[in-house]
Amino acid sequence: MSAEIWVFAEERGGTVKPTSWEVLGVGQRLAGELGKPLAAVIAGSDVGSAAGALAAKELSRVLALESPALDPYTPDAHTRAVREAIESESPDLILFSHTYRIRDFVPKLAAALDRPYVPDCVGVTVEDGQPVFVRQVFQGKIDARVAVRGEGPWLATLQNGAFPAEDVRAGAAAAPVERRAMDSGGAASRTTVLEVFEGVKDKVDLTRAEVIVAVGRGIGKQENLKIVQELADAFGAELAASRPVCDNEWLPMDRQIGSSGQTVSPRLYIAVGISGAIQHLVGMKGAATIVAINKDPNAPIFQVADYGIVGDLFEVVPALTALARAG
Amino acid sequence: MKIVVCIKHVPARDSRLRIAQSGEWIEERDLSWEINEPDTYALEEALRLREKHGGEVLAITAGPDRAAEALKRGLAMGADRAIHLAGDVFNAADANATARGLADALRGEAPDLVLAGVQSDDKGYAATGVMLAELLGMPHSTLIMEVEVLDGRVKVKREMESGWFEWLELPLPAVLTIQSGINQVRYSTLKGIMAAKKKDLRRVEAPAAGSAGTGPAGTGPAGTSPTALHGLAFPSRTSRAEIFDGDGKAAAGSLWERLRRDGKLR
Repeated sequence: MSAEIWVFAEERGGTVKPTSWEVLGVGQRLAGELGKPLAAVIAGSDVGSAAGALAAKELSRVLALESPALDPYTPDAHTRAVREAIESESPDLILFSHTYRIRDFVPKLAAALDRPYVPDCVGVTVEDGQPVFVRQVFQGKIDARVAVRGEGPWLATLQNGAFPAEDVRAGAAAAPVERRAMDSGGAASRTTVLEVFEGVKDKVDLTRAEVIVAVGRGIGKQENLKIVQELADAFGAELAASRPVCDNEWLPMDRQIGSSGQTVSPRLYIAVGISGAIQHLVGMKGAATIVAINKDPNAPIFQVADYGIVGDLFEVVPALTALARAG
Repeated sequence: MKIVVCIKHVPARDSRLRIAQSGEWIEERDLSWEINEPDTYALEEALRLREKHGGEVLAITAGPDRAAEALKRGLAMGADRAIHLAGDVFNAADANATARGLADALRGEAPDLVLAGVQSDDKGYAATGVMLAELLGMPHSTLIMEVEVLDGRVKVKREMESGWFEWLELPLPAVLTIQSGINQVRYSTLKGIMAAKKKDLRRVEAPAAGSAGTGPAGTGPAGTSPTALHGLAFPSRTSRAEIFDGDGKAAAGSLWERLRRDGKLR
């Protein structure tokens, strides 16, 4: 049998994570283009219901790696289980989502296996029977094409939200689910999970805001925030920020938009001095109208913006504030 | 305790980049450079741990000649000494090759704790620290928001997705990647900059590509990467944005008129 393509799926509370469907859609396409069978792999202490959901899709089988040692998650136990499966089944290509958990253990797995690792890809094509990946470098300003050398398995992660989850095709019949009891009696995980807890709920709810003025590192220093606050006031908008501004404690964390902050979809979003790293874009690209003000014409924010000004925000923002005040 | 901090020399975040003629890397001339911002949080955390527990902070980088500047800045911030694993090969290197170089350079150091930024601003693999842990045989954790060193162990708060966190405990020695925002990074002082000139900055030549080494099986020697950059390009995803030109006031005026005409103001 030709070596398989694997899609590593993640679940939460028995439900397959949306990012895993995005990856499965890409796996189905590549399986067709490369003429290889596709398997979904899932790991945990009890993954029966997620495995069942995966089996309804167009693929050749589902591998459920099960062990009590896989819950709670630790990188040691996950690496051991997935490595054991890879070494016994020898897949050619393994696709993952670029989630926090995957970033925590898959680089370790790649180093342990001594195999190529291509993270956070936004494109995959097949050239001469081999996958070629596209990934963003320099904070999304430039795309790089990446080819892999040597023998598989090759490990790659796909950027969250870069591929549509709706592309996944259902199967004609349920695929077989192979449940594997993984060795949990081996070396214990070196990490001890003491507590898993939900952080303090956001005090400021930006998700209900009609208009948001968001500020990024282009503002330079905290004293300069005044002009952006004035713009927000003139527009009757909530003031928000990208992560670096909150990291610097120029604005409180609960005003942060993005993957580690709030996800918003206001009627109007004005991004000031925000370059548009993917971590920010995922939190605001659902806005109905996006305005970007940035001095760098190559800033990724302009790829999602409807209107833009390439220029000095210290000239543009006060001028816009004056117009908004005048109505 | 001995704390190693991995730092990287990258173009300043607001740089306007050009792609080199070769299409394999950026044009490095006329760029200003800085310590990869996520790594500054790792360095700050190391300095704070040293202030609390005593010991030494060793900064290391893998990169071409220019990367020594990042170490000089790290020394000025307060690191005690530095190692520059020098080689042009690290521009094109992937995380695997960089981690192998760093692991070879660090094996003799026997650190208690290795800290790295959560990812780099240039290639953004978010992988080198984790790979380094595997190669050094150490446990690791990522996206760390709080570090507490206990007797022979470290207790850490890790950021998970969707506003969740976890407290973990790992035996030392261990590798941690530090989440940006964990602390307020200090500025280097003139005194620090002067003191840095007397500190030990050791240069170690990385094995050149093509030489014998301990590289990944079937993928060539150390320093050559199992993945190859096929060329850089500005994204073809064309902007659908309507761009307004002119000086700040004129552009703001055109934008305002357009927003009003398109019914975006209510």
